[in-house]
Amino acid sequence: MDENKKIVYPYMPNSVESIKKEMMDALGIKNMEELYSYIPEELRMKGKLNLPKPLLSEIELKEHVEGILSKNISCNEYLSFLGAGCYRHYVPAVCDEINSRSEFLTAYCGGTYTDHGKCQAIFEFTSLMGELVDMDVVALATYDGSQAASTSLRMTNRITNRNKLLVPKTMNPEILAHIRNYCDFMTITQVDYDPKTGQMDLEDLRRKISDDVAAVFIENPSYLGFIEENGREIGEIAHEHGALFVVYADPSSLGILEAPANYGADITCGDIQCLGMHMGYGSGLSGYIASKNEPQFIMNFPNHFYSLYENEKGEFGFSRSLNQRTSYGSREKAVEYLGTNTGLWAITAAVYLSLMGPQGMYDLGKNIISKAKYAVEVLSSIKGVKVLFEDSTNFKEFILIFDKTNKSVKEINKELLNRGIFGGKDLTKEFKELGNSALYCVTELTKKEDIDRLARELSSILS
Amino acid sequence: MVKMGKIKLRNFHQARWDEPIIFELSTPGQRGILIPEVDDEIVNKVGKAEEIIPENIKRKELPKLPELSQPQVLRHFLRLSQETLGQDINIDIGLGTCTMKYSPKIHEQFVRNPKFSELHPLQDEETTQGILEIMYKTAELLKEISGMDAFVFQAGGGAQAVFSNASILKAYHTDRGEGDKRTEIITTAFSHPVNAAAPHTKGFKVITLMPDEETGYPSIEALKSVVSDRTAGLFITNPEDTGIFNVHIKEMVDIVHEAGGLCIGDIADANGLFGIVRAKEMGYDMCHYNLHKAFSSPHGSMGPCCGAQGVKKFLEKYLPVPVVAFDGEKYYLDYDRPHSIGKVRMFYGVVAAVLRAYSWIVSLGADGLKEVSELSILNNNYLMKRLLTEVRGISAPYSKERFRMEQVRYSWEKLKEETGVGTEDVERRCMDYGLQEFYQSHPPYLVPEPFTPEPNETFSKDEIDEYAEIMKKVSQEAYENPELVETAPHNGPISLIPQPPITDPEDLIVTWRVYKKKKGID
Repeated sequence: MDENKKIVYPYMPNSVESIKKEMMDALGIKNMEELYSYIPEELRMKGKLNLPKPLLSEIELKEHVEGILSKNISCNEYLSFLGAGCYRHYVPAVCDEINSRSEFLTAYCGGTYTDHGKCQAIFEFTSLMGELVDMDVVALATYDGSQAASTSLRMTNRITNRNKLLVPKTMNPEILAHIRNYCDFMTITQVDYDPKTGQMDLEDLRRKISDDVAAVFIENPSYLGFIEENGREIGEIAHEHGALFVVYADPSSLGILEAPANYGADITCGDIQCLGMHMGYGSGLSGYIASKNEPQFIMNFPNHFYSLYENEKGEFGFSRSLNQRTSYGSREKAVEYLGTNTGLWAITAAVYLSLMGPQGMYDLGKNIISKAKYAVEVLSSIKGVKVLFEDSTNFKEFILIFDKTNKSVKEINKELLNRGIFGGKDLTKEFKELGNSALYCVTELTKKEDIDRLARELSSILS
Repeated sequence: MVKMGKIKLRNFHQARWDEPIIFELSTPGQRGILIPEVDDEIVNKVGKAEEIIPENIKRKELPKLPELSQPQVLRHFLRLSQETLGQDINIDIGLGTCTMKYSPKIHEQFVRNPKFSELHPLQDEETTQGILEIMYKTAELLKEISGMDAFVFQAGGGAQAVFSNASILKAYHTDRGEGDKRTEIITTAFSHPVNAAAPHTKGFKVITLMPDEETGYPSIEALKSVVSDRTAGLFITNPEDTGIFNVHIKEMVDIVHEAGGLCIGDIADANGLFGIVRAKEMGYDMCHYNLHKAFSSPHGSMGPCCGAQGVKKFLEKYLPVPVVAFDGEKYYLDYDRPHSIGKVRMFYGVVAAVLRAYSWIVSLGADGLKEVSELSILNNNYLMKRLLTEVRGISAPYSKERFRMEQVRYSWEKLKEETGVGTEDVERRCMDYGLQEFYQSHPPYLVPEPFTPEPNETFSKDEIDEYAEIMKKVSQEAYENPELVETAPHNGPISLIPQPPITDPEDLIVTWRVYKKKKGID
């Protein structure tokens, strides 16, 4: 064996010396450096990158990476009650089967003909979401729910030419932080909530709204878990002042909860991770935006629209349309910037909604809301534990208050962890006024026995 | 393909299923998947779900989703997948600026491993040491590859990373009391459009430098004429879309620095740079890589993906929160960063792309990365030589005496003049030979009838030869039988569909319900 033999890289067919030479000969060069020798010397890398010795074989790579991953403990191993924007829902096997398909996984921006199937799947995603939110216009998915919310609110600025926003005090702080950066020229005012129910304080809303407000934004269900029941009134108050009404809705709730459009929403947005995506440490997030079918809304979407076209044979084709709105059409003249975001998750969500159908979404909602109520009842009966906003109904999340125990949420979560349970998200930093509180989550994957086990462990920890 | 040592063009036909829209396949009552019944004991304790849902927000009518059984859903989407030309099944050289490289299959096993896929982002850090280690070490690797001082992965794509960099730019000038004064950014016409659009979204006024007729990149004089004390920064790509390396980059960066601005490099097109040129030596203060391009993460029918954002030390404090840190014993998420611009995406970004990028880098090492770049440059120049010497009607404007980096923007202008067949027609005809379409150009369309292929390192010489032969053949067809090319594709999943530009937004049909309304279908 030749000790100095050059490495042939499996992903690089032309790394074979004889092929490389043949190609260099065709170009009339003797060494590779001649290809870029015109780049000024001071810009060129001196010596070699200082990187670890490569794991050239797939065997070594697999062993190494899986070795690192094995240090993680996943929600398949421990019982999880974490939500707060990323959820452990059931992922139907067909969703994984479809998004593992090479054709979808490795396609990119091909259009009407070469990627006809992809374009149709995206059209079906927007069509299925349109039914779920009961709206006519839906764009291709964006990065995540918080980008969807941020863009929706900037759309309201362009449509109304106003720059004030009213958002609930109970909203997701991560989304609020995103909006603060993305809509930094807009004034954001938080509307108070009823301390008993968490519901938006309509009196406070009336006090704070004025004729220069672009939008009133709510989450439904709220980040803090309760279902906002005054959507219609909130929408009416917004509209009375010429403001738009934007609702951030959890798609997994829309089998049982009214589509926001039917209580006045002008724009509905949110995250579709719950529709067939694994959590992947947050990798599964993907945002949706839907609106009324009116030119002022349509022309203010920065996202791709895949419009349907038909030929004389009755064949359908799909094509990115009204591109001048987007930065791919008109650079800085676009309404906002646009880039690659989450096409594969849009396709996966289309598969999910097609599998679920109307009855599946209804059953899903029923399952979750029943578990949430069961969990609230069982856990609130633990000594020292209280559920916040008891007078409201929770969809899949709820707040436990541990004020009357002698342990902090942090301590409680550590003890739960020792018992193989991920407790709820610690809210003590984000929502100081709620006291020693944590946000717990149940889904259709949470079993009755899981809730009972949590109750037992909490009782034991707090006793 | 190569048969008996000779290139033979394929007698290709794409799958053509004539597949209906999923709603048309609906049969009332069918179910694709069932959800478990609510436990009786739960119902006994809390009552029926129908009674729990608050009356005033109960959905009155179920969503009009289609009803299908499971095999029918699977079959439908499998057929659609077959009508999609993914990178894995075609010689995807055409989509230049996108770096359509092979995404190693072993990486898919990693991201689908429950030890990753079932991680919740808010788990106790004690239970996520593995993934935090991957994120931390990937940042370390990118620091070496770029020469920058810190990396985060929060941006869900390259464009979001440019926006995040623009946010840092604004925070930096604001902190120095110049936020109101430094309101302009400069970019170039051949930089990706997001370098104009994202800073504009952040509130900057955009100045675009046009390329010099000869070199293809802007002249120093052009830059000098627009730099002022209003300049916040320069957002630039090098090499640009044309694949031409701007040899004056350092001088341009220095001019902007002297004027008090910062320089932000868009290194989405990194494939020709590994081990050859780094961001640091070009003088960039910030940059980003697209982990779904040069770093092999699959493009996923347009995402999910990751824009890895890198900055110099003096800007590190502005990075979006959290940043992955290491205290010598354990990895942790650092949220205690008072100068941070906040969030650009929820949680920590598309970590799956980070996991794949990590795997890709450690499987190649320093020599392998340089091999990636050298081969991508070799492949590109080899293809350029074949196209320019053998294909009638094609040209490559600018910097004619030099080799290009990883891609070239060609023009079919001559073909159009001589045959009437333009780049769009050629693009559609390529499909009949089994190729994905090609990328024409980002705006502005400075190169007429543009065509931008990128034969990255994962394509073989035979494949590049096949690609060149197809271009030759299509060009020949254009001269001999232009109608054949103009009416293509002939072997695609659908026939030619006229797509007159929509002028009235209400003609847009992005949902089936709108189509039905327009057609008067119930």
